[in-house]
Amino acid sequence: MGQGVMRMAILQKLRQDILAMEGFRMPAENQRVHLGLDSIEEVFPNRVFPTGVIHEFISTEREDAAATSGFMCALLGRLMHRGGLCLWISRNRTLFPPALKFFGIDPDNVIFIDVKSEKDLLWMIEEALSCEALSAVVGEIKDISLTGSRRLQLAVEQSRVTGLLHRISPRNLMNTASVARWKISPLASELEEGLPGVGYARWNVRLERVRNGETGCWQLQWTDHFSRPALPAEQAAVLKTG
Amino acid sequence: MNRRYVAVWLSHLATDHRIILQPELADTAFVLAAPERGRMVIKAADRNAEKQGLETGMAVADARAVFPSLMVLDEKPELARKTLDELAEWCIRFTPIVATDPPDGLVLDSTGCTHLWGGEHAYLKDLLAKLRSKGYATRAAMADTIATAWAVARYSPAASLIPAGGQAAVLAALPPAALRLEAGISERMQKLGFYRIGRFMEMPRSVLRRRFGQDLLVRLDQALGHTGEIIEPIRPAAPYQERLPSLEPIRTAAAIEFGLRKLLEALCQRLAKENKGLRKALLTCYRIDGEIQQIEIGTSSPSSSVEHLFRLFQLKIASIRPALGIDLFELDAPVVEDTDPFQETLWNISGSNDQAAIAELLDRLTARGGRDIVRRYLPQEHYWPERSIKKVSSLTEKPQTAWRTDRPRPVNLLPHPELIQVTAPIPDYPPMQFRYRDKVHKIRKADGPERIEQEWWIAHGLHRDYYCVEDEDGARYWIFRLGPYDENTPEWFIHGFFA
Repeated sequence: MGQGVMRMAILQKLRQDILAMEGFRMPAENQRVHLGLDSIEEVFPNRVFPTGVIHEFISTEREDAAATSGFMCALLGRLMHRGGLCLWISRNRTLFPPALKFFGIDPDNVIFIDVKSEKDLLWMIEEALSCEALSAVVGEIKDISLTGSRRLQLAVEQSRVTGLLHRISPRNLMNTASVARWKISPLASELEEGLPGVGYARWNVRLERVRNGETGCWQLQWTDHFSRPALPAEQAAVLKTG
Repeated sequence: MNRRYVAVWLSHLATDHRIILQPELADTAFVLAAPERGRMVIKAADRNAEKQGLETGMAVADARAVFPSLMVLDEKPELARKTLDELAEWCIRFTPIVATDPPDGLVLDSTGCTHLWGGEHAYLKDLLAKLRSKGYATRAAMADTIATAWAVARYSPAASLIPAGGQAAVLAALPPAALRLEAGISERMQKLGFYRIGRFMEMPRSVLRRRFGQDLLVRLDQALGHTGEIIEPIRPAAPYQERLPSLEPIRTAAAIEFGLRKLLEALCQRLAKENKGLRKALLTCYRIDGEIQQIEIGTSSPSSSVEHLFRLFQLKIASIRPALGIDLFELDAPVVEDTDPFQETLWNISGSNDQAAIAELLDRLTARGGRDIVRRYLPQEHYWPERSIKKVSSLTEKPQTAWRTDRPRPVNLLPHPELIQVTAPIPDYPPMQFRYRDKVHKIRKADGPERIEQEWWIAHGLHRDYYCVEDEDGARYWIFRLGPYDENTPEWFIHGFFA
């Protein structure tokens, strides 16, 4: 029995070591980023939202891109909640800076880099990710090769900056070295019955890939924090009667 | 050697400078005014205003009574002072020794310089012509002493060139104020009937001293050349430049880097000592075949860090073509600014942020992508969405007003609103469906309208009625109707996407 426990402990230790070698470092308790949602956080290795790595977001339509931008801003708000600055590197940017305030970010703490040529985009993202003074870096890039993404991953392993890559209508979805790949699409908002108007932003969040974690799919609502929306009224009614 | 001095009087320096800055002022009568003992007093009047009888020292209220359409601008004494300094520096082409004589004069020591212009007359003519062509009303006079030249330039419109030793003759006809006396003394002289300097020039010195003080005698001696007068010439700032000749022609990148580092170390040492940082630097390489190769860098904040500037240059060293070799390097800093010692504390909002590191990162990005790629936004008090934010170039500027969240604003805003076709049931209701990029969206939920009027003092145009709508797929859009429903159907536009 005692041997079994010891083996488990050794395995646990080895797992931790492997994770550390792969670039997951257990953040100190005070530097952890809490999404405020246990059900999402438990699929990640060590049950912590990985920071200091690259997260990749895929969107094809403009509507999905807007939902993805919203979700990314929400994450960014969590990453920047202790203050600090973020770089938003993109080409043909459509993000409207005042909207950041709705996600808990002071828009004047975000520096936008509006790159003129696609060629410079990757170089600039890599350069920004190597800068330890930043809280996070957002890059809007169409395509990225495996080698390119590996360079970014190496940069963040040194600097511990979190990178969010938004790939808008990518031509191909080749394997990349990113730690997680997300896909966000908008969901119809719900208001209390009978109330007119549009409700809070609501998304279908799919975690398609996460290194050393489990994939998942959640429906999330953003007010000024994440929440799981209550079941739709009809379903609730069905449950009650059934 | 007999010394010769030129005194220049820029009679309307402050107003002429304003006209140069704003040429449309040339035809209007305007005055510069500043508050004095609780009222606005004219400090300088331009020539048009002077023709109306307005003069320095008058209260603006009185002047307005005389001349109602008078334009009154704020006086900026430091601006006039700066202009005078610049003009003095410009005058160095006429003589190496130039001094400013505030508030509106210059003194040039022209000893031994005039023969280059072909004589004193041509020298003075050229000086006056150049200054007048810049737009300044100028009078000048040349004499053996500064005081005489000063007096003649201001009080004797006829003469300008006083021959050597001719001070006494010309001074005799001028009023005592021409001797730069204190206001009290010259007033007393007027009262006693000394209207001309000639009346008392020959009087016994002891009498003059007892009545008017030592000061008058000093001034008189200075004017006549019995005692010297000291001027403090301006010293033009030495350019921020370093040179490095090499014994043998340099051809490799490693050697260029070595040379560049040496130059940067020397330049940055000087900058750091003067509390300055460079915004722009230029490396010029003189090749042995006579060609010149140049690379330039810019920084987003003043920097005197060798490491940082070196890295910026490093990105561009590859573009230098040494060909047969380079035998002289020259490093220039054409744009230098004061570094702000408090900058770091302002920027350091959280403990982890290191302003210098970010500024250096931005410099590297702009060095590659161009100066205008870095954007930062601050809120502006406008409802019109395109005008609700303003671009700032500084990294430290803080918002003057709060960011608003009381109205919904989309996360993605189209750079230009795009036309959509809608089906709307009745005026002032949100549409039932709209067609955008060949796809029909049925609207399930809608909020609005939020009417945003065009700000008439900025631009003319129709108002916009914004609706926030959600289609059957759950996607949320920001659409607006341009203008009201009247005889012609208004157009609808899509302007953004909500998250």
